[in-house]
Amino acid sequence: MQEKSWKPWALLGPALSAVFFLLVVPVCFIVVYSFWLRAPTGADIPAFQFGNYAKFFADFFYPSILIRTIRVSLETVALCLIMGYIPAYFFYQSQTKFKSLLLLLIMLPFWISFIIRTMSWINILGDTGLINYFLIKAGMLSKPLGMLYNEGSVLMGLIQYLLPFMILNIYVSLEGIDKSLIEAARSMGCTEWQAFKEVTLPLSLPGVSAGCLLVFVLTAGTYLPPMILGGPGNEMIANLIFKRVIGTLDWPFGSAISVMLLTLLVVIVWTYNRYLGIGQIFKSLQ
Amino acid sequence: MENITSSPAVQLRGVFKRFDNVVAVEKMDLDISEGSLMTLLGPSGCGKTTILRMIAGLETPTEGDILIKGKRVNDTPIHKRNLGMIFQNYALFPHKTIFDNVAFGLKYRHVPKSDMKNKVFKALEMVRLPGVENRMPSQLSGGQQQRIALARAIVIEPDVLLMDEPLSALDENLREEMRREIDNLQRMLGVTTVFVTHDQREALSMSDKIVVMKDGLKQQEGGPEEVYNYPANHFVADFLGHSNFFNGEVVGLENKQVRVKANEGNEFIVESPGNWTVGARIELVIRAQKFKVFYKNQQPPEGSVNLLIGRIKDRSYMGGEVSYFVELETGTVIHAIDMAKLKPFRRGEDVGIQVAPRDCSLLSKTNGSA
Repeated sequence: MQEKSWKPWALLGPALSAVFFLLVVPVCFIVVYSFWLRAPTGADIPAFQFGNYAKFFADFFYPSILIRTIRVSLETVALCLIMGYIPAYFFYQSQTKFKSLLLLLIMLPFWISFIIRTMSWINILGDTGLINYFLIKAGMLSKPLGMLYNEGSVLMGLIQYLLPFMILNIYVSLEGIDKSLIEAARSMGCTEWQAFKEVTLPLSLPGVSAGCLLVFVLTAGTYLPPMILGGPGNEMIANLIFKRVIGTLDWPFGSAISVMLLTLLVVIVWTYNRYLGIGQIFKSLQ
Repeated sequence: MENITSSPAVQLRGVFKRFDNVVAVEKMDLDISEGSLMTLLGPSGCGKTTILRMIAGLETPTEGDILIKGKRVNDTPIHKRNLGMIFQNYALFPHKTIFDNVAFGLKYRHVPKSDMKNKVFKALEMVRLPGVENRMPSQLSGGQQQRIALARAIVIEPDVLLMDEPLSALDENLREEMRREIDNLQRMLGVTTVFVTHDQREALSMSDKIVVMKDGLKQQEGGPEEVYNYPANHFVADFLGHSNFFNGEVVGLENKQVRVKANEGNEFIVESPGNWTVGARIELVIRAQKFKVFYKNQQPPEGSVNLLIGRIKDRSYMGGEVSYFVELETGTVIHAIDMAKLKPFRRGEDVGIQVAPRDCSLLSKTNGSA
């Protein structure tokens, strides 16, 4: 029987209109805003000029924040990859019947507000926080160790937020590997480590790259961990946008920075999709 | 070297395997002679795959020893056992070309590049798939993939070839072709093979020896004809082929023939080796295929011996043969499979059925084996 051609569109309608009106239209506004002028009095004047973009590249201050954002994002990706592969591999190998419970525990942090989770690190890393308190109590330190408000604490905050995404992506990819492939490799003369290198690792790469992409994109666009756990020198591009738009109400310039960040991420995602396929990410969201 | 080749290629000595508290394999002794094909046959969960995995080194026996070529291998890790393994789902490496798949074992045996190429091409020729070396596994059909898996396993010239239900994932008609292929290749190469299956036809058609298993215990071991014609117990008779079972007792001994009375009342004359005494409780086994079905008023082919009259209760036409369920006057229903005539008997038709005394076998009820 012929399926009525309007039917899928009717069913997709609500979701599509939500995406259109709540995402596409606002982004278009931002793009338009980025070409406007800002009068010295603070009023926004409709215009079509590239002054906001020129301002961004006028001196090294703004580009350096963009470069730092990329660097911190890459660091977060690398740390999440190392810290995420091991638990994901453990879940894959483990025969325990508590597997689904363990996976649920990975998801558990999502049930607590991101802000509260990030703020709680102040109570752990701060001068009067948990670690310093015990180290001083134990006599190993005379005065508190400055662990907060530097790049390390920002990375800590980013990792606790993003690690679950990495673990789940890698786990889904590993879970799809037929264990008899490893047994076949072993039977043909591979040690356990060689079988891992020959079979498990290459076949888990789609999940690894999907996890990396997701972590990179989310890090590059986040502003809470640098704002709460970072010092003045740890600002990232999203903090800059936040300050321009919310702090100084400079919508045109804030929009221009947003558009540049968006362009950067679109180029990265497009390149990824071109060579690896975006479909892998959706597998872990099932 | 001489006495090594004369000893069995694979031996199991009193092997037990327990998982937690579940016994998977119990007191298993096996001798698999050099160059032969042995089938482990049984329903799922009977322990056949566990035995295969213990020979492979993927499981460790809880008790007992496993010997390959006379050498105890209990503590030899899998990658040092020189095995070829074939899996139900082919287990080809999806990210490697056919060439790299087949060359995989050679790579870990440090075979030089030029030799490797020759060996891979020869193996591909042997499985009749030359010219596919640059393709990826996903570009081949299921049957072709299993043939590549076979090439990959034999290219390393393994001491033992282990096959775990290699035909189960294939289509019915492809299965037959692949079965013959494995059979020919195994005989040509003379590689000792352990074949695990739940399919009696596969087991009967290709094995030198069949080991029938149930609940981790060996039920019977022997050649295909032996296991089929002289089942050691009820389970083997039931698992291999379609059998009719009658409980009863021996009521007379005449010459070499045993007169048996089934509990339902029918009497049978049986030619069965072994010593039987009058009054012994027995179980009579008659294969469905051994019954002849004919018109009630027709001359019975074997005279008047073991002649039964009944009515067709149910039938299914299978092309070459017809499966009948014949209800006797006593109410007993007998399963008979006979060659399909031009006009098979219909439901409700009165027929005579007969079985020759030499086609019946007896099982002792007291110790479970004849």
